[in-house]
Amino acid sequence: MSAPFAKLPRWADYGLIPLVNLLVAFIVAGFVVMLVGENPFRAAMILVEGAFGRGQNIAYTLYYATNFIFTGLAVAVAFHAGLFNIGGEGQAYIAGLGVAIVALTFDRILPWYLTFPIAIVAAAGFGALWALIPAYLQAKRDSHIVITTIMFNYIAGSLMVYMLVDVIKPLGSMAPQTRTFDAGAQLPKLNWIIELFGAKIRSAPLNLSFILALIMAWLVWLLIWRTKLGYEIRTLGFSPKAARYAGISQSRIVIITMLISGALAGMMALNPTMGDQHNVSLDFVSQAGFVGIAVALMGRSHPAGIIPAAILFGALYQGGAELAFEMPNISRDMIVIIQGLVILFAGALEHMFRPSIQALFASFSPSSVGLGSAGKGSV
Amino acid sequence: MDFFNTLTLILDSTIRLSVPLLLACLAGLYSERAGVFDIGLEGKMLAGAFAGAAGAAVLGSAWLGLLCGILVSVGLALVHGFASITHRGNQIVSGVAINFIAAGSTIILGQAWFQQGGRTPALGAGQRFEAIELPGAAALRDVPVVGQIYSELLSGHSLIAYLAFAMVPFTWWVLYRTRFGLRLRAVGENPAAVDTAGVSVTWLRYRAVICTGILTGIAGCYLSMVQNAGFVKDMTAGKGFIALAALIFAKWKPVNAMFACLLFGFLDALSIRLQGTPIMGVRVPVQLMQALPYILTVILLAGFIGKAIPPRAGGVPYVKER
Repeated sequence: MSAPFAKLPRWADYGLIPLVNLLVAFIVAGFVVMLVGENPFRAAMILVEGAFGRGQNIAYTLYYATNFIFTGLAVAVAFHAGLFNIGGEGQAYIAGLGVAIVALTFDRILPWYLTFPIAIVAAAGFGALWALIPAYLQAKRDSHIVITTIMFNYIAGSLMVYMLVDVIKPLGSMAPQTRTFDAGAQLPKLNWIIELFGAKIRSAPLNLSFILALIMAWLVWLLIWRTKLGYEIRTLGFSPKAARYAGISQSRIVIITMLISGALAGMMALNPTMGDQHNVSLDFVSQAGFVGIAVALMGRSHPAGIIPAAILFGALYQGGAELAFEMPNISRDMIVIIQGLVILFAGALEHMFRPSIQALFASFSPSSVGLGSAGKGSV
Repeated sequence: MDFFNTLTLILDSTIRLSVPLLLACLAGLYSERAGVFDIGLEGKMLAGAFAGAAGAAVLGSAWLGLLCGILVSVGLALVHGFASITHRGNQIVSGVAINFIAAGSTIILGQAWFQQGGRTPALGAGQRFEAIELPGAAALRDVPVVGQIYSELLSGHSLIAYLAFAMVPFTWWVLYRTRFGLRLRAVGENPAAVDTAGVSVTWLRYRAVICTGILTGIAGCYLSMVQNAGFVKDMTAGKGFIALAALIFAKWKPVNAMFACLLFGFLDALSIRLQGTPIMGVRVPVQLMQALPYILTVILLAGFIGKAIPPRAGGVPYVKER
C-alpha cells in the first residue's frame, strides 16, 4: 500500500479503470488467438467488420445485445442490493414457459400488439417466480443465494427439458420445441430503423424487444436512483448494518430486489422466442444469463454502462460468428474466453490496477486526487 | 438373484460415477474450509480433463497426462488465489470467470491443436488408467454374495478411483490431526486469530487452493482418461456444481462428503439404469432424477434437513489491520 490512499476523479473511476481492465482482458485474449496460430489484429479486424460492417450485421449485433441488456440489468439490480444473482439463465429459461403458454393460447386469436403485453407480464412473472424461492430462502432462512440460484439453473434446465419433450411438444413432432407461433405472437422487426440510414437488410432478427430493453434500462435507472425503494436497495447493498439502523427491512428488500431481477431476466425470453424463432425450443437462452454477469460488471451496474457493454458483447457474438468462417481455428467459443477474461479483470481483479493508477495521478497533480484537502480514504 | 445382480450393477456404476464428484468435493473442501469459496470447481475439472487427455495423447503416458492435468488445474487455482487472496476480489466472480475461461479455451485449443471438433485424440492402452483387479477377485467370483460384491463391486476400478476413496480418511487425518489442518480450519473461521498467532493467512490460503487444484485436476483426468478415452467438449456437464452441492450437503466434512457423493452418484446411476422404466407403476421422469441432487441441496440449504453452516470467514477476503 505504498500508493497514496486517495479518491480518483470520477471520470477515472468510472471511465479509465474499466477501460484499462477491459484492455487487459482483450490483450490476454489476443495471446490466446496467437496461441492457436492466428493473427490477433486480423482477428480483431474481422470481428469488428463482422459486427458493424453492414446493416445486416448491425441488426444482428443489436439483436444479441437485446438479450444481454435484459440479463445485464437483472444482475445489476441484484448487485445494488449486494446480492449475486447467478440464476438469470434459469429465470429466463423458465420465463420461456410463460411466453409459450401465452403465445400458444393467443397467437390465433389476438393481434401481436395485444399478445405482446400479456407475454411481457407472463415472462416477467415466470422469471420473478423462479427467483422468488432463492430470494425467500436467502431472506428468511439465510441460505446463500449464489448457491441456490446455481441449483435453480440446473433444476430449470431439467424442468424445461421435461416440459418441452414430454408436455408441450406437438404430437408427431420429433424436435423438442413448441409449434411455430402464428402471426399473433410474432413481434415486428425493427430492421427498417437501420434501413433509414441507407443500409440494406435481407433478414435479421432485430425486433421490438430491443425497444423494450431500452425502456427497461431507463426504468431501472429511475428505480435505483430516483425512488425510495431504489435508495433502500442501495443502502442495503452498501451497508446492511446501516440499512438495519435506518429501519429498512432486509428480508423485504431482498425479496423485492430478486423479484425485479428475475422479472428482468425473464423478459429476455421474449427476444429469441417471439422476436426471432417464433417458437420455444431447448436451450434458447444459450448462456445469455451468464453473459449478463460480465455485462453488469463491465457496465458497473449502471444502465448507461450496461447498454454499451451489452452492445459490445452483442458485437462479440455476431462478429465471432463471422470470425469462425474466416479463421477455422477460432470458433464462437472464443467469445466464452473473452467473457471469462472480462469477468476476471473487470470483476474479480477490478482493483488490481487501481494503486498504480492512483500513484500515476498523484505524481501528475496531487490536488486531482484530493491530497491537498482532506485525504479521505476510499476503496 | 436377478434383483441382486441388477443392484450390484447399479452400485458398481454408482462407485464409478461418484469418483469425480468425490475428488472435486474434497477439492472444494480444502479451499472452502480455508475461507475461500470456490464455484470454479467445474472449470478447473474441465481444464484438468482436457490437459490430462491432451498430455497423455501427445506424450504417450497416462502418468504424464495426469501431471499435465494437475499442473493446469493448479494454475487456474492460483489465478483464483491471486484474485481472491492477493487482490481481495470477489471470490464468486473469480470462480465464474474461471469456469468461462476453462469452457472456452478447452474447445478453442482442442480444435486448434487436434482438429477433431474439440476432441482430443482417442487414448490407447498405456495412455489411460486401466482397471485394477484386486487379488483373488477371479477366484472369489463364484462365491455367492460376498464373492460377487468383492469381485464386481470392489475390484476392477482404476487407480484413481481407489485414490479418491483413500483421500477421504487422508483428508480427515490432515484436517483434524495435523497442524496444517488445524490452521486451515482456523483460517476459515477466524483468520485474524491465525494472523495474531504469527501464521501467514495468505500463504495458508494459497496452500489450500493449491490442494484444491491438485484434486480437481485428478478429478478431471478421471473423466477424460478413465471414464472416457479422451476429452469431449463440456464433458464435466455440471459435475463441478454437483460436487459443490455435495460439499454443502456434507456440511464441509470429509466423511459426510463421501456419503453425499455416493448418494448423488447413486441417483445418477439409477437414472441411467431406469431411463423412464416405471418404478412401482409410476413412471418417474429422468429429468426429475437428474434434478434431485440440486433439489435436495436446496432443501438442505433451506434448513429443512439439519442446517448447513459454512465456515464463518468463507467468502470474505482477509484484510490485515493497519
